[in-house]
Amino acid sequence: MRKSLLYVLLYSIGVIFTLRLFYLQVISTDYEDLSLQNSVLKEYIYPERGLIYDRNGHLIVGNQPAYDVMVIPRRVRAHDTLAFCGLLKIDKARYLTQLNKARNYSTRIPSVFVAQVSKEDYAMLQEKMWKFPGFYIQKRSLRKYNTQSAANILGYISEVNNSDILRDSYYQSGELIGRQGIEKTYENKLRGQKGVRYLQRDKFNRIIGPYKAGSLDTLPTPAKDIYLTIDIALQEYGESLLKNKRGGIVAIEPESGEILMNVSVPNYNPDYLVGRERSENFSLLKNDTISRPLFDRGLQGQYPPGSPFKLLNALVALQEKTITPRTGYTCNAGHFYGRGQFMKCHCEVGTFSRLNSGIYNSCNTYFSNIYRTTIDSYETSQEGMDAWSSHIKSFGLGNYLGYDHPTGQKGFIPDAAYYNYWYPNQRWRGATSVSNAIGQGEVLATPIQLANMTAAIANRGSYVTPHFIKKISEDSIDIIYRERKQTSIDSIHFESVIEGMSNVVKWGTARNARIRDIEVCGKTGTVENFTKIDGVRTQLTDHSMFVAFAPRENPKIAVMVFVENGYWGSRWAAPIASLVIEKHLTGTVKRTYLEKRMLEGSLLEEYAKPLSGEPFEINE
Amino acid sequence: MNSKYVLKFDWVTLLLYMGLVTIGLVNIYSTSHSPEVTMFSLQHAFGKQLFFSILSLTLILFIQFSPVKIFERFSSIAYLVIIALLLGLFLFGTEVSGARSWYGLGGFSLQPAEFAKVIAALAITKHISDINTDLKRRSHRRVALILILLPALLILPQPDPGSALVFLSFFLVLHAEGMPSFYLWSFFGLVVLFVLTLLLGVKAVTYILLGLCVISVPILLNKRRRKKMLPTLAVLVLAMGFAQSVNYIFENVFEQRHRDRFNIVLGKEVDTQGIGYNINQSQIAIGSGRFSGKGFLEGTQTKGDFVPEQQTDYIFTTIGEEWGFVGAFLVIVLFVSLMHRILYHAKRQKNDFSRIYCYAVVALILTHFGVNLGMVLGLIPTIGIPLPFLSYGGSHLLAFSLLLGIYLRLDANRVNEW
Repeated sequence: MRKSLLYVLLYSIGVIFTLRLFYLQVISTDYEDLSLQNSVLKEYIYPERGLIYDRNGHLIVGNQPAYDVMVIPRRVRAHDTLAFCGLLKIDKARYLTQLNKARNYSTRIPSVFVAQVSKEDYAMLQEKMWKFPGFYIQKRSLRKYNTQSAANILGYISEVNNSDILRDSYYQSGELIGRQGIEKTYENKLRGQKGVRYLQRDKFNRIIGPYKAGSLDTLPTPAKDIYLTIDIALQEYGESLLKNKRGGIVAIEPESGEILMNVSVPNYNPDYLVGRERSENFSLLKNDTISRPLFDRGLQGQYPPGSPFKLLNALVALQEKTITPRTGYTCNAGHFYGRGQFMKCHCEVGTFSRLNSGIYNSCNTYFSNIYRTTIDSYETSQEGMDAWSSHIKSFGLGNYLGYDHPTGQKGFIPDAAYYNYWYPNQRWRGATSVSNAIGQGEVLATPIQLANMTAAIANRGSYVTPHFIKKISEDSIDIIYRERKQTSIDSIHFESVIEGMSNVVKWGTARNARIRDIEVCGKTGTVENFTKIDGVRTQLTDHSMFVAFAPRENPKIAVMVFVENGYWGSRWAAPIASLVIEKHLTGTVKRTYLEKRMLEGSLLEEYAKPLSGEPFEINE
Repeated sequence: MNSKYVLKFDWVTLLLYMGLVTIGLVNIYSTSHSPEVTMFSLQHAFGKQLFFSILSLTLILFIQFSPVKIFERFSSIAYLVIIALLLGLFLFGTEVSGARSWYGLGGFSLQPAEFAKVIAALAITKHISDINTDLKRRSHRRVALILILLPALLILPQPDPGSALVFLSFFLVLHAEGMPSFYLWSFFGLVVLFVLTLLLGVKAVTYILLGLCVISVPILLNKRRRKKMLPTLAVLVLAMGFAQSVNYIFENVFEQRHRDRFNIVLGKEVDTQGIGYNINQSQIAIGSGRFSGKGFLEGTQTKGDFVPEQQTDYIFTTIGEEWGFVGAFLVIVLFVSLMHRILYHAKRQKNDFSRIYCYAVVALILTHFGVNLGMVLGLIPTIGIPLPFLSYGGSHLLAFSLLLGIYLRLDANRVNEW
């Protein structure tokens, strides 16, 4: 009995220990995670972000090194604090808060002390770093822009937020993601694929070597460089032409659908959203609700299309066979429609217009007549409206175009359902929506949609979805940017409309858009527009618009220019469009007098009017 | 030594011993591994341990050639010498991390406490096995008590409470050899009462004891059992008295670090960074090994040096991490087999000295094994004592090899007497 006590003790201890071991090692799984947490560090290796070139191979966006001053608080020794602050251009208080912040995080792990020191400061610092133990400089890569233009196209990158991380498990907190523009659309190509390295840590969080001899590590996949369709020189030229004005220029190569330029003014320097001042600058840009520099007018601005829209109405009428090019109407400085409603026109009393002169004189009477006839040629207005609507939409209006940029708007093209909603008794006719005939009223379009419409006319009835991407390293671009889309208008109907457009420049409303030896086909627009001032609908000076393509045969460029509150289409938009065409086709601008007038012209006074709070005159 | 000797020699125990020492070496290699250093140098932990392993094996071999009688005969003198050495530590000891437990000898250091365990085992065995000793007599028990407590009290203030505590294991031997059970049971009773009071509070324990009184009275009113009534009630009342004093002892006799260790194990305090760091890290290391372990030299916790004292007291965490449940269970099996074998062989000894010595050996190893693993597995408060044969430490390995070597010599001599 006495002797067996030792046996009992021995075996009960053995059993208890075995059970405890079994619990710790086999049943419980927590300890494995805890172990990985405190002993293995996952470190990512990032490939350098891809470069962005323009269509001619000029580098637009590259990378530049940035230098962060890092600190390991434990290793900091007494040093000349004032000299250090002087080198870093910070004050003593900032020095102390940063050091405390780092110390609170960890005394042994490096923290960022001052982020993104300039290259000049870095040069100074590097030589003197040895005097400041515990501090060192770490290199990072930032975006570097070789242009001050095209910020609206290129977009920007920023740190991922929580929703990005939730949506895509690739990203970890603190990493960068393309937030806007091309950087966003082609994020996956531009970022490459990060590699990962597992490192063994010791109890002080120091790295002591690879984990499992690096067998789990992966190499990063290099990023791809991309080539854009834009011509950066043309883009810069366009931006300079719109200086001190608000508006935009969108130019497309009709044959390929390549977007040559997309100017939106006011713009911002892409460098603003890089580096130390990024968040301050972003707030400034975002809070500027008057000139709205972050708003891409070319892609997001929805305007009444105005007179250029008449071209489509002519094409629809021709296709629906409600008119022939020889059909004519008389204009008495306007005309009556419906029950005593009168639409004004700038024609003189008794002007007779056929299709050709209707276009080059931009006669409102002519186009409202053909619009009404087309809609009313069907048994019901509903059918007529839907037929008209689907023709217009086949030009890419009224919906997202499908280009490779994350911003955009649908615009608006009404259909029968829309008018049935507003006129529930269904008693409406072509005359009800006659403003659509001249591009006012319900229709809305974005400048890029109008540029695409012009390209489709230049192509005589087809277009390629506009796009910014020309080449991704070795990969070919998406098939949808290589396919041709057909509009619902037969190509035979285009020639007579194009003849009218040619005459617009020859002797019509936009004679100042003429270029020697190049046949430019265009259409002006002077677009009525309204705003709300203190809740009162107020008319502002008309928008100046112009769409054009050139040359007439084998067109190389289709361009859409609009200048907000610029009044006549021929005052600003037509000259600017012709300068852009001349620059693109010949490489130089010979009409320096015109160029000078555009470069120096300013509409700042016009824009100040509605903000002044005082009564003002429009269309001066 | 003749062929008969070779046949009677307990080879299995020697193999178990060598197995454990080898496992220890492998894991010490792992904890101290670094590619830049030659592992087989005497400057290095593994090299030193390898040297002591060879020395230990030589010692065991040497013991097998020595006269059997010598252990019994010289145990008294050895006891006096070791007491002198323990006393000498207060004057000549070198201080290592706050404890004066070592004599510096050139590059090595000697820890007399480890040898004191073996010598005390011999001395106590000799005392009990003396034909005139009767543990039923109080005066004889008193001698045994002094033999046990004297070295313990000298070791305690070094400070090395862990080693001092180990000497209490000899009470198991006394019990096995006829000391009244009352002592052992009161000891267990006090420990249980102490822990219960800490866990449940004084009030709850008092109520439980009162409840026991109420229940026991009607049972003991029976005529045949009436005699036991008074002692039982007396014990319960005394227990209640002890329960009242637990908090006083806990707060005033114990130091703060001891209180913390108790609180961590009892789950009264959760602190994984400060006082609970050791125990938390050792469980992470063992638990993360899972069933089959991370592999030799692949233990992330071991490499990262997360477990403090991993070569010595916490060597078992390396086994758990790198060799998993399989390896850790094997170690438990080896220990249990070794002790079972010695216990079993106690019966076949032809003289009292050899038999009692077997008990002493098992009591010592079992206490180390139980306390060390109990601590590493988070079952009892932290008490720093090494795991026999596996933990790094020259004195420790030599002392325990001596302990086992003497057993092997005595056992092999069981028939041909002196």
